[in-house]
Amino acid sequence: MNLAEVSGSLSAIGYGLAAIGPGIGVGLVFSAYIQSTARQPESSRITLPYVWIGFAVIELLALLGIAFGYAFGQ
Amino acid sequence: MIGQSIVLAEGDIPFPPSVEDFFLPSIVPWGEHSVWFTKFTALIWLAVGIAIVFFLLSYRKPQLVPTKRQWIAESIYGFVRNNIAVDMIGAQGVRFAPYFTTLFCFIFLNNLWQIVPFVQISPMSHIAFPAFLAIISYVLFIYVGIRHHGFAKFFKHSLMPPAPWFMQPLLIPIELFSTFVARPISLALRLFANLFAGHIILLVFTFGGFVLLNSDAIFLKPISVLSWAVSIALTFLEALVIVLQAYIFTVLSASYVQGALADGH
Repeated sequence: MNLAEVSGSLSAIGYGLAAIGPGIGVGLVFSAYIQSTARQPESSRITLPYVWIGFAVIELLALLGIAFGYAFGQ
Repeated sequence: MIGQSIVLAEGDIPFPPSVEDFFLPSIVPWGEHSVWFTKFTALIWLAVGIAIVFFLLSYRKPQLVPTKRQWIAESIYGFVRNNIAVDMIGAQGVRFAPYFTTLFCFIFLNNLWQIVPFVQISPMSHIAFPAFLAIISYVLFIYVGIRHHGFAKFFKHSLMPPAPWFMQPLLIPIELFSTFVARPISLALRLFANLFAGHIILLVFTFGGFVLLNSDAIFLKPISVLSWAVSIALTFLEALVIVLQAYIFTVLSASYVQGALADGH
């Protein structure tokens, strides 16, 4: 008995699952930045480059999902 | 390109978009799939030309009270020098500011093709261009580190973090991978994947509009307008992404150079 039949590629679902982690991670980066800036407004300029570096490193995980989805999806 | 859109409107829509949509027919020889002179070649040279002409023109007669164009050019350079090079590397970052400014402008202008109407594809959505930029930054930070520390000390510095000796067999492979393998790959892949994904998203909503318009269900036809509206909204999101990616590529290059120059931990 087929309860749910799927045709075509499952990579979109896989990518959706893979994007959960980076989504949470990017959220944590910006929440930490907003909190630190609220507590110490003068520090906002100092921490901003590190926010973008952290964001970029985490975002890469989601982007790897896109690239590998096409690279290995055939 | 306008010809392409007319063909699209007549049906035969390549939906869902795939990797093949990134391999456009070349300009010389016209229409064939060869690599001699493609749209991407033209866009790269155009971006380089725009950058050179803009900076030469705006700094041809520098004035103490800057004109509007000189002010823009100076703020771009000043932003990269003060907010990226000096902030990340410190006082000696001024040495690297010209490279970072060139890198920033080159990536930004090439990314900008992503949202320019009737062009709407960035050369950076082909891995070759980001990969070569990443190699330049990779060679730069290794060269700078070796110049600064000497060959043996630089590799000892970057491969052996200060930790107890029995941890080193575990740490050295991790450091080797993260510094000398993952860094260039991640730099290249980040820029490439952002623009690739951005272009795919725009294709999904633009082609999706045509698919909805051509569908048999009468109630689905008006939704194509919504789809195109979303693609316009996403173009504005892309505008944010292209600036951010140019900035991130430059900031990460600067932080790698800073890591290579750092004295001890």
